[in-house]
Amino acid sequence: MPNRSQIEARAALLRQRFEVAGGVVVDPPLLQPADILLDLYGEDIRARAYVTSDALRGEQMLRPDFTLPMVQMHMKGGAEPARYTYAGQVFRRQEHDPDRANEFVQVGYEVFDRTDPADADAEVFALFQLQLRGLELRVATGDIGILLAAVEGLNTTEVRKAALRRHIWRPRRFRALLDRFAGRTPMSESRKKLLSTTGPLTGTAPEIGKRRAAEIDARVDTLRADAAAPPISEHEMEALEALLAVRETVPYALEQMRDIAVDLPAILPALDRLEARTSAMKARGIAIDQLDFEASYGRTSMEYYDGFVFGFYAERRPDLPPIATGGRYDALTRYLGQGDEIPAVGGVIRPDLILTLEGEAQS
Amino acid sequence: MSIKLGVPSKGRLMEKTFDWFAKRGITLSRTGSDREYAGAVEGVEGVDLVLLSAGEIPRELAAGRIHLGVTGTDLVHEKLPRWEQQVEELEPMGFGEADLILAVPQFWIDVDTLEDLDAVAAAFRRTHGHRLRIATKYHRLIREFLADAGVADYQLIDSQGATEGTVKNETAEMVADITSTGETLRANHLKILSDGLVLRSQATLWRSRMAKCTSEEKSALKTLMVKIDN
Repeated sequence: MPNRSQIEARAALLRQRFEVAGGVVVDPPLLQPADILLDLYGEDIRARAYVTSDALRGEQMLRPDFTLPMVQMHMKGGAEPARYTYAGQVFRRQEHDPDRANEFVQVGYEVFDRTDPADADAEVFALFQLQLRGLELRVATGDIGILLAAVEGLNTTEVRKAALRRHIWRPRRFRALLDRFAGRTPMSESRKKLLSTTGPLTGTAPEIGKRRAAEIDARVDTLRADAAAPPISEHEMEALEALLAVRETVPYALEQMRDIAVDLPAILPALDRLEARTSAMKARGIAIDQLDFEASYGRTSMEYYDGFVFGFYAERRPDLPPIATGGRYDALTRYLGQGDEIPAVGGVIRPDLILTLEGEAQS
Repeated sequence: MSIKLGVPSKGRLMEKTFDWFAKRGITLSRTGSDREYAGAVEGVEGVDLVLLSAGEIPRELAAGRIHLGVTGTDLVHEKLPRWEQQVEELEPMGFGEADLILAVPQFWIDVDTLEDLDAVAAAFRRTHGHRLRIATKYHRLIREFLADAGVADYQLIDSQGATEGTVKNETAEMVADITSTGETLRANHLKILSDGLVLRSQATLWRSRMAKCTSEEKSALKTLMVKIDN
């Protein structure tokens, strides 16, 4: 196990390389206001982040990552374009695995640049690959933007698309919704009864709580409209399932997805963006022919990523978390910028894990 | 030294625990004044009675300060992460049965399942500008249950008592609480989601995996276990 000073020395070295690439060093506070994190991640963040509080500022969280303070800082008046780098501790509550660290160092690099997103993606990825050269790692890449485009392009109601969009990052719920919207799951008896009832629906139970009768009526209307809407066609479902299953090297993945796009033409612009990124990566010397692409990659743990996603894994140590991860998070800047937005892409590396792997290679 | 048996210090749970042990030839009793939390054990050698609040028993077991303890499954699962590694379930005791459930106002005729709840939570947040509030004291269990079910846009509000009243008072939109008969829920115009059963709980005898035993204590534990199993 590397000790703290070794980890800090390596973190400084990694950050220096990001500085050379153009990153301006930033150092956001350890304590972050809890409300914004809660707003963004929901109650799940409480299982991941340590919460503390005082009477003046209310609930605070020990930063679980740098992305949020970085974006906030930039949106408050950073220059444009901007490149940032940082190195410092993040904190994660651990309730299931005592072998996982609850405090570790991350070194990151973030690019806010609207001129050429494909090239910014390639720039970040190439830098991370450079930082990790010499280590035997499996590289995973994906693109959440393609899935979002596929949902957007489905020939179905706005309500259904919104529900699917909301659960892109929760694959199981996404699947269940999809099966329901495609008519594969039969309607429950209670739902049938509800929708066949006419006249006043609320019965005799008193109105209690903040959710009012008008809201219930509105949802029943929505459910009625949904029951009347035709199911998502088998044809589209098959195309979507084929898309979710794509797992190939980048050139073959692109070819497969171009085929799928015959049935899901809405993903074409997203595929063009993937192609532009691929060219930009190639121009930066990345061996595209050997790079893996998984259409479903990044759906489970990286809720704010909405475009390119990547991760570096130590295949011989499946017990270790990823050594580095990153991706594009345009929507997060829109959300935090209150109307303002800027395309953003970045990632983080864990120097402690690099040292662990290097130590193993030597022994 | 004796092994320590932790038992709830008051109420029905204490009485039922005493009855359960009495049926197995072990007499537990409180000694001294009514207010003093001291107890005695007859019928087996080398066992000390420790009277504790049921809520503290999981923590005492995990810390190894008591060897055996009686408390509900719900409290062990809520308070001890990876509980299997810290305690062993010896005997379900057949009382103190209660279900940890999710309940919404009866008047929400459009909500019957977790899927409905998730859809309503999204709409509620759009309408009211804050996430749908669930009053509970079982934060960890509920969070894990809802994460597993893919329910989003809710928040947990801490409620250590009179949880069913929070909806009427508009400090929460729904509750996650234990119920045995459902009486209190009905009286407060709440209904259980059809797939909203989080955990079935009952009073259970647990053994601490953390408490150290001398050989003397080990044989006392063995004698006690033989009596219980018979």
